[in-house]
Amino acid sequence: MYGGGYIFEESKNGKSEAEDSEKLERFESKIAAGEKIEPSDWMPAEYRKQLIRMIEQHAHSEIIGALPEGTWITRAPGFRRKLALMAKVQDEVGHAQLLYSAAETLGKPREDMINDLITGKSKYSNVFNYPAVTWADTAIIAWLIDAGAIINQVANSKGSYGPYCRALERICVEESFHLKYGHDNVVFLATGTPKQRDMVQEALIRWWPPIMHFFGPSDKISVHTETLMRWKVKMASNDDMRQKFLDMYVPKIWELGLTIPDPLLKKNETTGQWEYTEPDWNEFKKVINGDGPCNKERLAVRRNAEEKGEWVRRALMRKDERYTVPFA
Amino acid sequence: MNGINDFTEIQTEAAKNLLYRLADDQLILGHRNSECTGLGPILEEDIAFSSMAQDKLGHSQALYQLLHNMGEKDPDTIAFTRKVNEYKCCHLVEYPIGEYDFSLMRHFLFDMSEAIRFNMLSSSSFEPLAKIARKFKGELKYHTMHAVTWINQLGTGSGESPFRIQKSLDVCFPLALGIFEPSKYEETLISEKIFFGEKALQEKWLEAVIPVLKNAGLVIPDIENVTAAYGGREGIHTEYLKPLIDEMTEVYKIDTGAEW
Repeated sequence: MYGGGYIFEESKNGKSEAEDSEKLERFESKIAAGEKIEPSDWMPAEYRKQLIRMIEQHAHSEIIGALPEGTWITRAPGFRRKLALMAKVQDEVGHAQLLYSAAETLGKPREDMINDLITGKSKYSNVFNYPAVTWADTAIIAWLIDAGAIINQVANSKGSYGPYCRALERICVEESFHLKYGHDNVVFLATGTPKQRDMVQEALIRWWPPIMHFFGPSDKISVHTETLMRWKVKMASNDDMRQKFLDMYVPKIWELGLTIPDPLLKKNETTGQWEYTEPDWNEFKKVINGDGPCNKERLAVRRNAEEKGEWVRRALMRKDERYTVPFA
Repeated sequence: MNGINDFTEIQTEAAKNLLYRLADDQLILGHRNSECTGLGPILEEDIAFSSMAQDKLGHSQALYQLLHNMGEKDPDTIAFTRKVNEYKCCHLVEYPIGEYDFSLMRHFLFDMSEAIRFNMLSSSSFEPLAKIARKFKGELKYHTMHAVTWINQLGTGSGESPFRIQKSLDVCFPLALGIFEPSKYEETLISEKIFFGEKALQEKWLEAVIPVLKNAGLVIPDIENVTAAYGGREGIHTEYLKPLIDEMTEVYKIDTGAEW
């Protein structure tokens, strides 16, 4: 999964810090020409800051995202699903590893990032603050949340920062298998027994609002990101990605005879745009600021894992060795 | 070389009993190790445990499939619908994951026995099992490499690590001896060259694990004064197995007529 709905920090006065104009010009023309920025290249402080923030949020989303699905590995019905779900969640943890490494090239050590996650300083995708109530929730997550993540990540893989793009390319290949797994799982439930059908319909109702929130606040109210788009940090607007998702997946959901809980949802054939009930952005803000149904639980689990594993990490340190962090 | 149809009744019974023991161990330990997903002490270990858990699950599925070919039910039905006392796993695999030191020590002691067991079985007279064993061997090589590396690192690590690892060894050792609980079919298995027997396996296992543990600075429990945790092979289990099975089959049992 799972990079979606990044929360960018608004720069002071809406402008980036003063930079050497000559270097900045070279940097921007390089990006405009479609070249990648590499760790040893000069980059504006604001670019570095926002990239660390974005990649870090993405990495956190992967390890926190492993929790709601991970709890269902032990209950997966049958070998086929159990093995597939284990492999999927393992992939997500692997993505976190790749992404933390990509972010480290910008100068922030993994330990600091994880610390910022468990102290609540750094965010992760809002969808993982909702519970996976039944087995069908895991099917909806694997299909639709991963689908949303792919839209976001394919766009970002064409961004300007080399290590992040390369990590994303690999991640997207794996995500496409998750999507297939999720879709297959939903198809089995939607075309299965009445109990299975009810399960998956209820899960879709539960997950629709978080899915609509997934791409982040509407462009009308979100932080201005023109500079970030010019620097190819942010590659598409939140609303554009949401439209793309609706275009690709609403017909597939309807095809399975499932009901999407939004009576206003329809495609305007004249504009080619989807019309929908505006998601509750106050709820989104509330959850992102820590007051969702599972925020405390997710962070507590993560904190517990970190605390329990501390002796292992410490045991690996040797007094006579020096430890360095890339580019810090 | 024997195929499925070359066995007498007693030989078939003996082979099936062996397969159930092996497959149930793999299933339950694979399940336990998968509980570590997302909770590992470092990301790399999280990924490694998940990878090995998937191998174990795959091994159990292959062994149940062989049982199915011998006339038993299909792998899902065997794994997900039996009563607790019908499982033949040893007690070691049933225990909750506990802290990382326990999970690691269990992984080391169990996988070392598996590596030797499947190495022995790769020359079994029962060709379908020998074929499976040859395939598993290749995967288990990485499991034992992983386990030995970590036992070494943590046995000689700084801080509380050596103490924790020693404590886990003391807890796991009697449980691990339960892996080698002999069955009533030992003689048939040995005389028919289906399997060389649990006693022979235990000896080889001790020869393999003791040097690694010593090298990691650990004190080996006195085997004469340790009571092996037997019972699992006869369907007598610890209090931990039933909740595990209940959880594992929770969704499957929502609708037994459903295809998931």
